[in-house]
Formats: sequence, structure tokens, C-alpha cells
Amino acid sequence: MDNVGMPHEAEVVEKIIESKSIFTLRLRFTDPQVQASYRFLPGQFNMLYLYGAGEVPISVVSDPLDEHIFDHAIRAVGRITNALSRLEQGDRLGVRGPYGRGWPLQEMEANDLVLITGGLGCAPLVSVINYVMRRRELFNRFVIMQGVKHSDDLIWRSRYQEWQQQPDTQVYLAADQAGPGWPWTTGPISALFKQAEFDVARSKAMLCGPEGMMFVAIDELTRRGMPESDIWLSMERNMQCAVGHCGHCQYGPHFVCKQGPVFSYPEVRQLHWVAGF
Amino acid sequence: MSQDTDQTRLDYLDRPQFQSLLDVLQDAGFRCVGPQVSDHAIVFEEISYVGQLPTGMVDRQGPGRYTLKDTGTGRFFYWVSGPQALKPHLFLPREVLWQVDRDDDGKLHFSSACGQPQGVAFIGVRSCDLAALDLLDRHFLQGDYVDSAYQSRRQQIFIIAVNCARSAETCFCHSTGDGPQVRGGGYDLLLSELDEGFIITSGSSKGDEILVRLPLRASTNQQHEQVRQELVSAEQQQRSLPSTDLNEKLMSQLEHPRWDDLQERCLSCGNCTAVCPTCFCHSEIDHPGLNGMTSEHIREWDSCFTSGHSYIHGHVLRDDTRKRYRQWLTHKLATWHDQYQRSGCVGCGRCITWCPVGIDLTEEVAVICGGDAHG
Repeated sequence: MDNVGMPHEAEVVEKIIESKSIFTLRLRFTDPQVQASYRFLPGQFNMLYLYGAGEVPISVVSDPLDEHIFDHAIRAVGRITNALSRLEQGDRLGVRGPYGRGWPLQEMEANDLVLITGGLGCAPLVSVINYVMRRRELFNRFVIMQGVKHSDDLIWRSRYQEWQQQPDTQVYLAADQAGPGWPWTTGPISALFKQAEFDVARSKAMLCGPEGMMFVAIDELTRRGMPESDIWLSMERNMQCAVGHCGHCQYGPHFVCKQGPVFSYPEVRQLHWVAGF
Repeated sequence: MSQDTDQTRLDYLDRPQFQSLLDVLQDAGFRCVGPQVSDHAIVFEEISYVGQLPTGMVDRQGPGRYTLKDTGTGRFFYWVSGPQALKPHLFLPREVLWQVDRDDDGKLHFSSACGQPQGVAFIGVRSCDLAALDLLDRHFLQGDYVDSAYQSRRQQIFIIAVNCARSAETCFCHSTGDGPQVRGGGYDLLLSELDEGFIITSGSSKGDEILVRLPLRASTNQQHEQVRQELVSAEQQQRSLPSTDLNEKLMSQLEHPRWDDLQERCLSCGNCTAVCPTCFCHSEIDHPGLNGMTSEHIREWDSCFTSGHSYIHGHVLRDDTRKRYRQWLTHKLATWHDQYQRSGCVGCGRCITWCPVGIDLTEEVAVICGGDAHG
């Protein structure tokens, strides 16, 4: 059996600079057999290994049907992600994965979908957006809400504009602080809920971003009458092994890397607002 | 006398014959690891002859206190526990998991560092240690992913367990159901020690193969009765954990004032997690070689009492000792049930003994779950 904990070599096919601190690496395993057998679900993540520096968990943002390439959107915030930002086309790195539980998209078919993201929180949901856009007929209304601290933090501005043009798709963006020329809402993400139109009885919500933002959004959704079991969220914790062994990602009874990172809200509600778990 | 012996039951090894057990194990290809005195404590190290065993030694344990005393008896296993038992031998404090070679073109070649370890026979494994081993097995072997480094060593071991003839002041295994008597399986041979020798039984086919090669004779009913009496006295322990469902109880006391009180006493040193036979947290780090062409991916023990344990995106989730102690205790005694269908505590009492300020988890639990905020 393959050693589950060991990376395979991958190469950078393309590097896209998204903003001052955010970049996308388009990757391919150098072993064609590894690439051919690689499958992931939106919401799952890979461990990216940079030679001599170490590993970091990063969610996959591309479409799961693309068999030739997979994308990671990365924000340079720490030692390893900063070093990853210096990779260029043709450079090699290690990849193992995918790990964790993704979004239950098949169970969500024939519903309205409400995506609520904050910060770079949209990365684990971009693959969902790509997935839904390619299968638009399987879902009803599609609501995309994104909050950022400052309007300058928004990446993929053109993509949001593109998504807004799609049939039956609503895109709402909010910036706590907005610079000049910001065409969307200024204020907290909760301000967007007044505008969004969806049927709470036939909707599934997917949330990703800072926990404070997600809990505000959950309060808004449940106040509108959405059952808690229809709310799904992606959690983040320190992850080092990705297989539920190293213990860092524990959230109460859960290993976020294994039982998550995607949870239904009732699974994690117990520790809602308890700091330190 | 003939009424007192059962000649069909060859299960008694005279003390002077104990070396034959080591010899047979070594002859069968095992490296023997057993208790020895080192730095004033009982540790498990490689042994090859009986003279290395801690003959006559007993341990006096209390909160933040461990001393050894020579009683002058001939017993090898009259001590109860040292700071560590099996954990550091199976889940190594530090080991290379894989390494990567980088060639001149920047191409990477990954290779596993897991070897084929020699079999190890552990001598003097306590009932609580067997329970802890079962928990490590559940964690590293019985989930969705198998840890091959742990597995390669685990598959090669031979366990010689020993019933406890006495308990330390810090022991509470009787309340957790994990001792002091070895019940159920999990061992290859089981010893019950008496002054003049050992009652020895097999718990596996591997154990049978060793047993038949030993110079055994029949034990007496009187000897069995004495073992029974010593076990009964070992069950009289001073500490206990409540038998109520601590999962629900502890998770409903996350804002109890006792956590603040603990913060005043706990040094967040992580000793408790290092000596705990079930704590499994570890970090993964990379160690590039000086030649610039190879790098090792290493795991080493970590502790939920460090700031790095809960680090994410530039901040630390558990930024004070209150949160760290609460994480440790609620995981060990509460959410472990959700993960492994039982408590993560086997009642060995090591975290009490080796805590430099003598924090006693049984006392903390009694206060937190008993509703007495002032202890």
C-alpha cells in the first residue's frame, strides 16, 4: 500500500498573481499515473510541501472535473506560504491529498444555494462556484455573499462580475471599509441579508471564513428560519498530519482534518462562541 | 502437600530461573526491554540479565513527588510505575517519517524512512500500560489511516505483563477499570510475582511458544491465594475518578471558575502530556541537510500546553494556560469518549506524580464536576 503520509512530486504549471499577498498555483503531478488517479471534492484540501521548509494545508479551488490540473489560491501569511509565493512556473513541490470531507453537493441538488464567505474564506468555496456554474441546471437560485474588511482586499473582482451575469445568480459584496469606486455595499456582511432572495425552506447554506463572521451569518440564517442542519461550514485549525493523528486540529470531539473541514452546523454548535477550542 | 499442587498446571517459575526467560526471549530473536533504575527513577531500557532489574525497589509517589527506596526484598516488580512505559518505544519522541532528495534540476524524490525494526520483548508491563497501548492502537492503527511507523514497531513486540502487587499513592486505575489486575488480553505472557518466584501464564500463541521452553513446575493453591490477596490490597487506592459520564459533565462546565484557579497553579510545562501513556500529539517539522540536496520530514512529540499547538494564521487560539489546561482535561476525560469510545485516562497517576506543582487531576475533576468552585 502507498504510504499515506508521503507527498508526490508536482510542478507549477502556472502562477497567477491575484493581489499583493494572494497568488494561485496551478499544479500537476509529475507522475502521470498519480495525476490520472487524483480526485478531489470541493471543500477538500491538500498538504503542499516546499523543499526544506515544510508543509501547509491549502484547499483546492479548481473544478473537480479538471483531470489535468488543480489550483490552490494561497495567501502569503506565514513562513511556508511566503516561501511558496516565490515559486515560479516549472518549479517542483510535494503534494499529498486530498484530505478531509468536502461539501455534500449532491445532497444539495434542487435547492437554492447560499454561499457566505469572508476574507480569503471564499477559496474553499470557489471550487463550489465553479462546480455549480458547470451544472447550473441541478440547482435553483444561487446566492453568493462575500464580505471583506477593506474593499482593496477583494480578489477576483472580475469573476464576481462574471458570476453576477449568470442566470438566477445573485452576487452581493460588502466591505467594512470601502475605498472610492466601490459599487457594492459598505458595512458588515449581515447588511447583505436584506438584499438576498432565497427560499429558507428549500435552501442549503455554505459558509467559510473567520469564525466570528460565520457565527453572525448563522444567526442571520436561523433567524430567517433556515433549519440548522441545512447550514454547512468549513472550519480551520492548525493541521500538520492531515490524517487525524497529530492532534493539533481538534475541535472538541472532532479532528477538523478528518471529520471536517466541512461540518454541518449541528455537529459543531456545542462549542459555538467558546474561545479556545 | 499433594492436595496443594496441581501437577497438570505447570505455571510456576522459581526466581533463580528468571534469567531463563530472558535467555529464551533473546534466543527467539527479541531485544529485551525492561525496568531499570536510571536517574533515580524506574525506566524501560534494554536489558539482558536479571541483575539489571530493580530488585527490591519500591517507588514512593505523591503529587509532584517520586522517590525510590530499596526494601531489601528479592522482588523485581514491587515498584509500581516510572515516568514512562511503552509509549516512547512505539511512538518515538522523535523520528524521521520520510526524506526528500532534490537533484540539480530541482526535481524532488520522496522516500519513506520507515524501516523493519527488530522485535522487542517488553518485560514488566502493567495493566494500565496495556490499556494505554490499546488506546494508542485505536488512534494510530484503527482509524481511516494507518500510521506505518507505529505499525512496524507494534507488530514486532512481545509483551510480558505483570500484575501489580501494590499500588502507589497516585494510582487510581481501579476506578477507571484498567487495573491493578491484568484482565482480558493484550499480553503474550503474564506474571504474578511472589517472594520466591512467579506464576506465569500465556495469553497468546507466541506466549505459548516461549512458555514451553521455560523450566516450569506446578504452582500451589497457596501461592494463587497469596497473589489474590496482594491484588485485593492493591485495589485499595487512595484516589479515584468519578464513574459518572464525565463527557457530558465536563463539557457543560467550560466556564467553571476552577479553570481560572488552575491557571494560577499550572506552569504549562507539558510534563503531564509527556508522561501520559495515551497523549499522542506530535508536530511535523522539516530538517534540511547542510548539503542543500536532502531534507528530512520529522515528527516529534508536541503538547497542547505549548503556544504553537493552537497556532493558526498568525494567532494562538489557546493563548492562556486556562484554555490549555481545559483543552487537555476535556479532551482526555470527555471528548476522548467521542473519538475512541472510552476515556483517554487509564488511571496510572503519572500526570499527578510528574507535575512539578503537584496538580492532581482527580481533585480538579471532583471540583469541576462536583459543583464546588472553591475546592
